[in-house]
Amino acid sequence: MSIFAEFKKGLWSENAVFRQLLGMCPTLAVTNTAVNRVFMGMATVFVLLGSAVTVSIFKNLIPKQVRLAAYVVIIATFVTIADLFLAGSFPEISKALGPYVPLIVVNCLVLGRAETFSSKNSLAPSVADAAGMGIGFTFALLWLGVVREIIGSGTIFGAQLLGGWFEPWLIMVLPPGAFISLGITIGLINHYTNRREEALHQHWE
Amino acid sequence: MQLVLIFISAAIVNNFVLTLFLGICPFLGMSKRVEAAFSMGLATTFVMTLTGALTWIINTYIIKGLDVPYLQNVAFIITIASLVQFVEMYIKKTSPSLYRTLGIFLPLITTNCAVFGLALFADLKGFSFIENIAYGFGAGAGFTLAMTMMAGIREELRFSDVPKAMEGAGITLIVAGLMALAFMGFSGLLTV
Repeated sequence: MSIFAEFKKGLWSENAVFRQLLGMCPTLAVTNTAVNRVFMGMATVFVLLGSAVTVSIFKNLIPKQVRLAAYVVIIATFVTIADLFLAGSFPEISKALGPYVPLIVVNCLVLGRAETFSSKNSLAPSVADAAGMGIGFTFALLWLGVVREIIGSGTIFGAQLLGGWFEPWLIMVLPPGAFISLGITIGLINHYTNRREEALHQHWE
Repeated sequence: MQLVLIFISAAIVNNFVLTLFLGICPFLGMSKRVEAAFSMGLATTFVMTLTGALTWIINTYIIKGLDVPYLQNVAFIITIASLVQFVEMYIKKTSPSLYRTLGIFLPLITTNCAVFGLALFADLKGFSFIENIAYGFGAGAGFTLAMTMMAGIREELRFSDVPKAMEGAGITLIVAGLMALAFMGFSGLLTV
């Protein structure tokens, strides 16, 4: 596969959240305000890129038996860098995200990419794969966040979108809203994919 | 009494799965059958209780004792990974029947965000040693409760007519949302 194809697959066809159901904790937990989800997405992209570069460079030096432990330590190091950077430069956002930034360590998406992709590929495809996966993940965070914000408080990125006639559905900004909006999104995507496959099928018959 | 309150708070009021969104991956992936979900819950509870004890010691005497806060993430994840490995070896040696029940689930617990999240959230609360163990046990019990309930609902769900597009992940997330809604009834009951 070309470098660009490696990048593109993470955006939609193998999207981490909508297709593979990976990295669910941050997806559900931090999608309630606009700034949070942008920073969470960027922190995850940074950790994905850092661990992809490190793992793909050192893949031949890491013994097979301890590779998972080694990957976890590499990921934890990059997470610490991101965490301290946020705490130093954007203290308020760091406070709002709280333990969910350190929790990137156990985000199955990051370890999954290190194990299934970076450990088997050279530097350039690994970086393309990590960037694609990270941007696809950020897109999923933003999508859920925007949906929850519009329905839950009638605003978009903090600006008033719907007028006074709209009674906000408070439930959408609370935990149940996260589960329900993700469930409906995945259902809609499946519906769309099924219909497209059926159409293709009929075309060929 | 304080310990009981911490237990109830972690298990029900601030349920790790349904209000803090921790441990969602096994919650969605492993909840197809009640027995498997319950075994997974038991294994996780066991590891979480031990994690509560061990990370408190490491956090108090190494991270804060030596003033190296930047090592916290790395130290916690190494502790959890080695703890899981150790528990697996110990159970394999002492109780082969228990190992057959829990065996396949144990390695998965290392990347269960509920365990790592427990270490981080407990640190924020500033508990004492015993309180930390109660918090870990309560969080594990809450995880088991959510897992088992979800598996029970999904076993029944197989016989119902779900729209094709919503099968699998879609309907599971909607059910989780309704469960979270029910658990919100407990919010504000306790503030520990």
